[in-house]
Amino acid sequence: MSLLDNVWVVLAVKLGLAVVILFALALVVMFAELKVSAHMQHRIGPYFAGGRWGWAQVFAEALKFLQKEDLIPRDADAPVFRLAPMVSLLGTFAVIVIIPLSPVLVAGDLDVGIFYALAAGSVSTIALLMAGWSSGNKYSLIGGLRAGAQLIAYELPLVLAVVGVVIQAGTMSMVGITEAQAQPLFHIGSVGISLPYALQGQIIGFVIFMIAALAELVRIPFDMPIAESELVMGYLTEYSGIRFTMFLLGEYAGMLAMSAIASVLFLGGYHFWGLNADWFGPFVLIGKSLILVFVMIWFRWTWPRLREDQLQSLAWRWLVPLALANIAVTATLKVVL
Amino acid sequence: MSIPRSSSGKRLRSVVPGWGLFKGMWLTFRTFLRKPVTVMYPVEKEIPPERARGVIALDVEACTVCMLCARECPDWCIYIEGHKVQQPPAEPGGRARTRSVLDRFDIDFALCMFCGICVEVCPFDALFWSPEYEYSAESLADLLHGKERLTQWLATVPEPPALEGSEPEGGEP
Repeated sequence: MSLLDNVWVVLAVKLGLAVVILFALALVVMFAELKVSAHMQHRIGPYFAGGRWGWAQVFAEALKFLQKEDLIPRDADAPVFRLAPMVSLLGTFAVIVIIPLSPVLVAGDLDVGIFYALAAGSVSTIALLMAGWSSGNKYSLIGGLRAGAQLIAYELPLVLAVVGVVIQAGTMSMVGITEAQAQPLFHIGSVGISLPYALQGQIIGFVIFMIAALAELVRIPFDMPIAESELVMGYLTEYSGIRFTMFLLGEYAGMLAMSAIASVLFLGGYHFWGLNADWFGPFVLIGKSLILVFVMIWFRWTWPRLREDQLQSLAWRWLVPLALANIAVTATLKVVL
Repeated sequence: MSIPRSSSGKRLRSVVPGWGLFKGMWLTFRTFLRKPVTVMYPVEKEIPPERARGVIALDVEACTVCMLCARECPDWCIYIEGHKVQQPPAEPGGRARTRSVLDRFDIDFALCMFCGICVEVCPFDALFWSPEYEYSAESLADLLHGKERLTQWLATVPEPPALEGSEPEGGEP
């Protein structure tokens, strides 16, 4: 009986790999944000750290944060305060294990994959509320409550946008959804042409999903819970050192996880025309995710922040009805065609 | 809210919701692709305009210790000390003259706000602007430039511009 037959060893290896890949890519995304934001403002950005292009800047910053004192305010609810950043990371890590990098390279292919991803991703709501409430700071509290209201509001369009895809694919499994997009839709001569769901009529769902994902990640233009001009730093106000870094890492890892989910659901996952999914799958999926991450960074460095009431009205008055209409149309077409 | 609709282009902009958002994205993307304007300072240097207000130079020979600059300085960052010496008469039988000798002329560039009033006010053209700017110091006290240091800057002072109405030497207007 070899070592790989032991279910716990396999589980540990899978989890370790997923976490390492996620961490490494989160650092890449952090660096990308530094560089992209710099160039969008006519600057160069990090340049000297590490020698070439300042590639070591993120490591230098991580080290800097590690050295800082881990402050806990006197009035804070210490255990909850300490736990909040870990819960925030936990949600992202729980999501990442179901993302298929190739037909075989997936930590856990659940039958209810996307359902599990959305459920596990919602844990971050609790983390933000925990952080806001336990800090013992009025700005943190307002930020935490804003985050709660925002994440609950946008959970709905996020889920509803996914339902369209699930109806079209007929499965909730992430691998199943990806494979459904690889089925040839029509033939030109003898060559079957497959289209990702974003080009199969789910473009509205894709847009809604990306908007809701931005709001879920509390990124500009939906960063009212942080709103540094109103709330100091929102629920992050009292955090410092390693715990602040964990929130930061959680944000970038979350961007990556959300982009990966969007790539799987709407952009064909690890499939790309003419490329063997077994070999090029991971690169294709990570490439698609990084493109979506770039778009998120692009939004952040272009757009201003929405007002709190605009945020709520966008979710409830526009995205939810639009997503419901999308579901209705998708379901009807699925039955008719 | 009334929306001005004068031309078809304007109508498109006001009808499409969030048109400005995409305009902004187009702008940031264009900027993203362009070369940054950053000058990598210690390696490459920006050349300041010839008449830039970098540092003040002192011509000790021209200074008469009249103290006008020190009194006009809004920051009081110029320190002048001098003494008078007897000068023998120019011709035999004449009256002995007194002359002021400059002992100390310090400008504290930690205080200076580069207004240039001292340069303007000097009646004997003893103070000049130089475009040199690389004289940062690790200690505040090192920013107090003495007579010798201020004289050294004189070598970097550009030629004065031609007077108005006078014929320029090169023949070009």
